[in-house]
Amino acid sequence: MKFGIVQFPGSNCDRDCYHVASRVLDQDAEFIWHRDRDLDDVDVVVLPGGFSYGDYLRTGAIAKLSPVMQEVADFAESGGPVVGICNGFQVLLETGLLPGGMLRNESLHFICRDVHLRCNRSGSAFSQTLDVGEVLEMPIAHAEGNYTIDEAGLAELRDHDQIVFQYCDADGGVGRSSNPNGSVENIAGICNRRGNVVGMMPHPERASESILGGTDGRALFESALEYAAG
Amino acid sequence: MSEVDLKELALTGGLSEAEWDHLLETLGRDPTPAEVGVVSAMWSEHCSYKSSRVHLRKLPNEGASVVQGPGENAGAVDIGDGKAAVFKMESHNHPSYIEPYQGAATGIGGILRDVFTMGARPIGLLNSLRFGAPEFEKTPYLFQGVVDGIAGYGNCVGVPTVGGDVYFDDAYNQNILVNVFAVGVTDIDDIFYAEASGVGNPVFYVGAKTGRDGIHGATMASEEFSDEDEEKRPTVQVGDPFKEKLLIEACLDLMETDAIVGIQDMGAAGLTSSAVEMAERGEVGLRIDVDKVPAREPGMTAYEYLLSESQERMLVVVEEGREQEVSRVFDKWELEWAKVGEVIEDERFEVQEDGDTVVDLDVPLLTSAAPMYDRPTERPAYLDDLSTPDVSPADDLGEALSDLLNAPNITSKRRVYEQYDHMVGVGTVVRPGDGDAAVLRVPGTDSALAIAVDCNSRYCYVDPREGAKLAVAECARNLACVGAEPAGTTDCLNFGNPENPEIMWQFVEAVEGMADACATLNAPVVSGNVSLYNATGAGNIYPTPNVAMVGHFDGALDDGDGEGASTCGSAFRNAGDAVLLLGETDPSDVGASEYLKRQADDVGGAVPTLDLEREVAVQAAVRELVRSGTARSAHDCSEGGLGVALAESCIGTDGLGLDIDIEPGDRPDLELFAESPSRVVVSCPTEDIAEVVDVARSHDVPVMELGAVTGDGRLRWGGLLDVAVSDLRASFESGLDRLDEDLGE
Repeated sequence: MKFGIVQFPGSNCDRDCYHVASRVLDQDAEFIWHRDRDLDDVDVVVLPGGFSYGDYLRTGAIAKLSPVMQEVADFAESGGPVVGICNGFQVLLETGLLPGGMLRNESLHFICRDVHLRCNRSGSAFSQTLDVGEVLEMPIAHAEGNYTIDEAGLAELRDHDQIVFQYCDADGGVGRSSNPNGSVENIAGICNRRGNVVGMMPHPERASESILGGTDGRALFESALEYAAG
Repeated sequence: MSEVDLKELALTGGLSEAEWDHLLETLGRDPTPAEVGVVSAMWSEHCSYKSSRVHLRKLPNEGASVVQGPGENAGAVDIGDGKAAVFKMESHNHPSYIEPYQGAATGIGGILRDVFTMGARPIGLLNSLRFGAPEFEKTPYLFQGVVDGIAGYGNCVGVPTVGGDVYFDDAYNQNILVNVFAVGVTDIDDIFYAEASGVGNPVFYVGAKTGRDGIHGATMASEEFSDEDEEKRPTVQVGDPFKEKLLIEACLDLMETDAIVGIQDMGAAGLTSSAVEMAERGEVGLRIDVDKVPAREPGMTAYEYLLSESQERMLVVVEEGREQEVSRVFDKWELEWAKVGEVIEDERFEVQEDGDTVVDLDVPLLTSAAPMYDRPTERPAYLDDLSTPDVSPADDLGEALSDLLNAPNITSKRRVYEQYDHMVGVGTVVRPGDGDAAVLRVPGTDSALAIAVDCNSRYCYVDPREGAKLAVAECARNLACVGAEPAGTTDCLNFGNPENPEIMWQFVEAVEGMADACATLNAPVVSGNVSLYNATGAGNIYPTPNVAMVGHFDGALDDGDGEGASTCGSAFRNAGDAVLLLGETDPSDVGASEYLKRQADDVGGAVPTLDLEREVAVQAAVRELVRSGTARSAHDCSEGGLGVALAESCIGTDGLGLDIDIEPGDRPDLELFAESPSRVVVSCPTEDIAEVVDVARSHDVPVMELGAVTGDGRLRWGGLLDVAVSDLRASFESGLDRLDEDLGE
């Protein structure tokens, strides 16, 4: 299996995702430059975290115009797994591949720390191997992760089981006190209706090796592989 | 321009009358305005180190691990596997006081360029910050601005900020300190140097365009501060971390091609100093045509091009005929590039503007022949006014401990480091707040390095020589507590006005103390920075010789398979574990302590006594215990002494506590809060107590059992102390809340 990791100018978790794909999971991996118009023969597309174009206009707003995004959209349309992490999630929102938008964190500060996540939907490209109710721990690192969507949109997310991850406490309880950024309904990650496009703010690539303090993130990448294998 | 006007320009630029006369005499003609700009920048304290250079030679800079000592953009040490750690620390004090966000942000940008200029991908940042008292009206604004600036820049470029320190004291009310450290890693054989060579080779300018920002930055950093300095805001540069990120990638890409002869970033004094320093190292000359320099706006003069400190720019000497490779790489990353000059044979710095030569100066005039001073020194009078440390016993040890944990200089810095991305790069093994030093995996390997920064400037105020030694000792001890051994040191020496003999005395004492300790601890100084004139009408800052070190583990780190060296954090791990103290407490070590400050509001006329041989032995013992995995936690005693160290080791756990089981002496408060150095608290399973004792004894280190980790979440010492760790944690986590309130959040 081959991971394709898209590099926008300003991506900074691209090498981290590459490391997990190649060194931790022992899979093929390659970088895809944002000007490329060919995804080659990758099985999973990863939009990594970082500050594409410096996030100067609005997070992800310029990256969506990169030539490669048309290819990514086509790949998603054909059912291929596309996962966006942090800035990658923001890019997916800007392109419309996922619904909703981002506000600045309620604290107005960048926040970098471990959080707990509750898996709310099994079977998506990033939760294929997870059970509903499973609690995972991994870091967040963002200033703009306060996910928002209007009432109707939220109802649709619920109706179509598109809320993949919610911030929770260590026991899986979803509440105000376990929400680090103010996101609506503690949303940490969502998917499209089909489940092949997933975006999330937390960083599974940072929690994929015991030496870094946790391995809960590895299951997400393994999910993507399994999803791609059908 | 008349000679009177030129002189005025030179004096405004920071030259003294004597230096101006010296320049005229050496040149034998009137300089051009652009030359005045070049000379005043290159002769500034910031660029020339004219007051410090004679003393910096005393610092040890040789050792088996040293790959590159002082004189390059950064120092480099061998960390095994054919790899080098490239690192340096620098100050950005004056700009950060005037414009805290951009001042701090561009400090990060500058220190990163020093590292990747040498071919090393940056993998970690530290910062060491000094602010005025939290109650001082400007402190909340400056504090938040600096932290935001570091976060804004560091997070965007994708280099983790993994540690540092923050202190508050009245001495910094009008002159904050922002010192930043960066470390990168590369193959030893692939290090790049900032040396121009090969007559006829083209000189390329790459990165961002040049604007009028930052002109006179180097001069500003070489003068005392005054009230008007806030009007100098236009001399503060504006950073663009996105551009820096592209520049990192582009430079590392270009370095893969072997087309580069020499490369240097444009830091203080911009194009001028980068060109002159590259020429000097290569014993060649450089000819630059400012009309070719990519400009942000039209109409800039040679003077402005030469002194602009616009950020995210580099100068690269490329092998003749390989210009295409520069354009290929920099076009890909959408960065500016232009051929702006060439290497010439004569050791001259020549600048062309509109076809005219506007600068034509001997390179040595600007570098080796620049003024150098051995300034007079005098023991400061204030030292005689410091009192013998005296503090009456606290009524309630629990309250005194809680008070210390809430003190701004001890309290948790979580609210700071959680604003920094400290995990990007998937290499942060020991995170900020979790251990005494940060541990970073070396990318692509199973080995790791440790980094720490330290300086207790109150100690240095009371005794600069011993204070500097104590800073070095603590920094190396912090490495030992995670299992690492010093490979090399960098420093950032922040002092007041060197023209004041008392300040110069502090400087010389501190440098000599640092030299002594670095030699004994086998931690050669491979790079560094001096920041003088940290003074305002209100007085000079505390002498603050910040010390940062890179440590190695002598091989791979255990990644869970039981092979390689272990590392550990500072928090206790398991109920039932034994807690032991390596080293000894001397209750009289209370001078300059946080306890004395909090209880008696006094500084005191003595610092804790350091025995460097003991320090070496304690560190060796701790390192052995941590690497073997015998010690499950290790934490050194620093501000707040043993009491604070023990409390912190409890606070970092999920519900553990400690029963202290030692016989108290006359002054249990001093046993807890005296700041004797060379002490480390370790915990281990009870069956390993004998092993800890054996290792300590084999290094001739005193060791005693302090007690046992408990599962009940209380810190207890017989009938003297019994407090809930949750209460201590609440106190520890809230010591900086007042800074938020003052910002009205």
